[in-house]
Amino acid sequence: MIRLEPRQEISHRLLYLTPVYAVGLTILAGMVMFFVLGKDPVRAISIIFFEPLTDWFAISEMMVKATPLILIAIGLSFGFRAGVWNIGAEGQFTIGALSGGAVALALYQVEGFWVLPLMCLAGILGGMAWAAIPAFLRTRFNANEILVSLMLTYVAVLLLGFLVHGPLKDPDGLNFPESRTFHEAALMPILIEETRAHVGFLVALAAAVIAWVVLARHVIGYQIKVMGQSPRAARYGGFTEKRVVWMCLMISGGLAGLAGVFEAAGPVGQLVPALPVGYGFTAIIVAFLGRLDPIGIVIAGFVMALTYIGGETAQIEMNLPSAVTGVFQGMFLFFLLGIDVLAKYRFRIIRVTRAAAGE
Amino acid sequence: MDLLILILQGVIVAATPLVFAAIGELVVERAGVLNLGIEGMMILGAIAGFSVTLDSGSYLAGIIAAAAAGAVAAFLFGVLTQVLMANQVATGLALTIFGLGLSALWGQGYSGESTVPLAKIHIPLLSDIPIIGPLLFSHDPLVYLSIILVAGVAWFLAKTRAGLILRAVGENHDAAHAIGYNVVGVRMLALLFGGACAGIGGTYLSTVQTPLWVEDMTAGRGWIALAIVVFAAWRPGRALLGAYLFGGVTVVQLHIQGFGVDIDAQILSMLPYLITILVLVLISHDKARANFNAPACLTKPFFASS
Repeated sequence: MIRLEPRQEISHRLLYLTPVYAVGLTILAGMVMFFVLGKDPVRAISIIFFEPLTDWFAISEMMVKATPLILIAIGLSFGFRAGVWNIGAEGQFTIGALSGGAVALALYQVEGFWVLPLMCLAGILGGMAWAAIPAFLRTRFNANEILVSLMLTYVAVLLLGFLVHGPLKDPDGLNFPESRTFHEAALMPILIEETRAHVGFLVALAAAVIAWVVLARHVIGYQIKVMGQSPRAARYGGFTEKRVVWMCLMISGGLAGLAGVFEAAGPVGQLVPALPVGYGFTAIIVAFLGRLDPIGIVIAGFVMALTYIGGETAQIEMNLPSAVTGVFQGMFLFFLLGIDVLAKYRFRIIRVTRAAAGE
Repeated sequence: MDLLILILQGVIVAATPLVFAAIGELVVERAGVLNLGIEGMMILGAIAGFSVTLDSGSYLAGIIAAAAAGAVAAFLFGVLTQVLMANQVATGLALTIFGLGLSALWGQGYSGESTVPLAKIHIPLLSDIPIIGPLLFSHDPLVYLSIILVAGVAWFLAKTRAGLILRAVGENHDAAHAIGYNVVGVRMLALLFGGACAGIGGTYLSTVQTPLWVEDMTAGRGWIALAIVVFAAWRPGRALLGAYLFGGVTVVQLHIQGFGVDIDAQILSMLPYLITILVLVLISHDKARANFNAPACLTKPFFASS
């Protein structure tokens, strides 16, 4: 008989190895899936997971996708550590893009180095404002932040659709539901010539470093960790749950909002109803795959960006549906959560003796 | 009058998937488990039910396939959270993301196809009664099933020994284990039931409400079902009421423009989500009462130490 037995101490070596195992198992399960679908498993996996790494343009595209994923996941990791479950980052991302985009459209054709920073500020504030609703409702009325933040995502996406159909619609356009394309001063500066990789990527890396310092050294990081492990100890420590809830939601909302501006002013270049493509949800997986650790999140952001780029290539070359990417992302999280058991428990084989069996 | 009957029939159709999903999750939560993957199980049920109904021509086969798809997904959740001790919140989210992806993959060849909606059963004589007849006695079989299910769950939880064990497991799993009940087994059964219900709720969307397959067609209904369970204070009768209230909001939103109210359709579509938030606030603000109603072991992991 095999039994689980809690480890005295969580194995740190395994804690950092489990994401690697999860990636390996996902690839194996993916091969089985492709086999069932009647596609060449080896070729599909090599297109999705390895070929993008051999092509500079694909790598620059990975940077484009990894930017929002890393920014949002870093914000979420603060909350997830403290047990504050903001799963409405997609909505905060949308409102951030909307706020920043509205500033860009209001300043249309205005030149100046300050236009883009102002848009970023508006985006951060927009994301924070949207995250403030679940924060307020949880701290004041005890309403579950998971459900509130998620409901607000649907509201945000509808709001974006409404505004680009109406007030923010391109006045010179052909009545399509989309805004003007942003002017030069409102676009993200490009990082690598001839690609879409923009300076937002550097901001995401900087955010990871700052988050690492805050978590390791600053009192905010300490409070968040205590809160996650023992809310009662946190109260004795003299900081209230309310403050931590607000802090976590403001950090994650602000970063998701910033990611939204980067997306609108970067690869997209305007406001369109299809702007939110699910980065807010994928970032949840990125946060867990990165072990809620800023450096881990940067790596996980790249792995997840790889599945997007590889999924697109597989779509073109092997006629695979784009939904393959979503399946892979779900499997990542499943396998990761499943084999986490190895880090927290150990398996022990117990011989069932007659005495133990009660005979 | 005819319009009113039409609207009320619309409410019943809009509410039924929510009734299924909510009553399933209610049982799961009474056993002390929070499965946030309802949205994923519903969408898998929606595509399983739709594809099997279309291919086999049998609604019964479609409904069974939908229930099986939901139950398999719930089984996966159960293995992860009950056996491998994974975090319930994270696993539920994973199930939703996975379900949405897999259903899109599965449904690739089915987009644009449609079925004939499940036929209504007109109960002889009773359905001829004016007003009451069309409202109460001429629906599709799944509407009746959903009502029977709610009554059955209410009876099961309140009156049977098995229901008592399930509640004991949800309120104090250590005590239940000490007495000798199999906590993990009870929770697994509850999860399978919840998954099957969510699957049937999903196929109601794809074979009755709008008999066609659209990616992401659940559009947050799984999450609304979760809110309904909180609204219901974990009581079956109130879950039914909650589902019908939300169904009502959805239908009113569709008809409001017909009454000459000039509000943009996209603003109106926000209504069910905003009302969900409002209801959550109203229900949760009394913290003591909210905690009193919730099963005491909800989301707490159970580890048998001996």
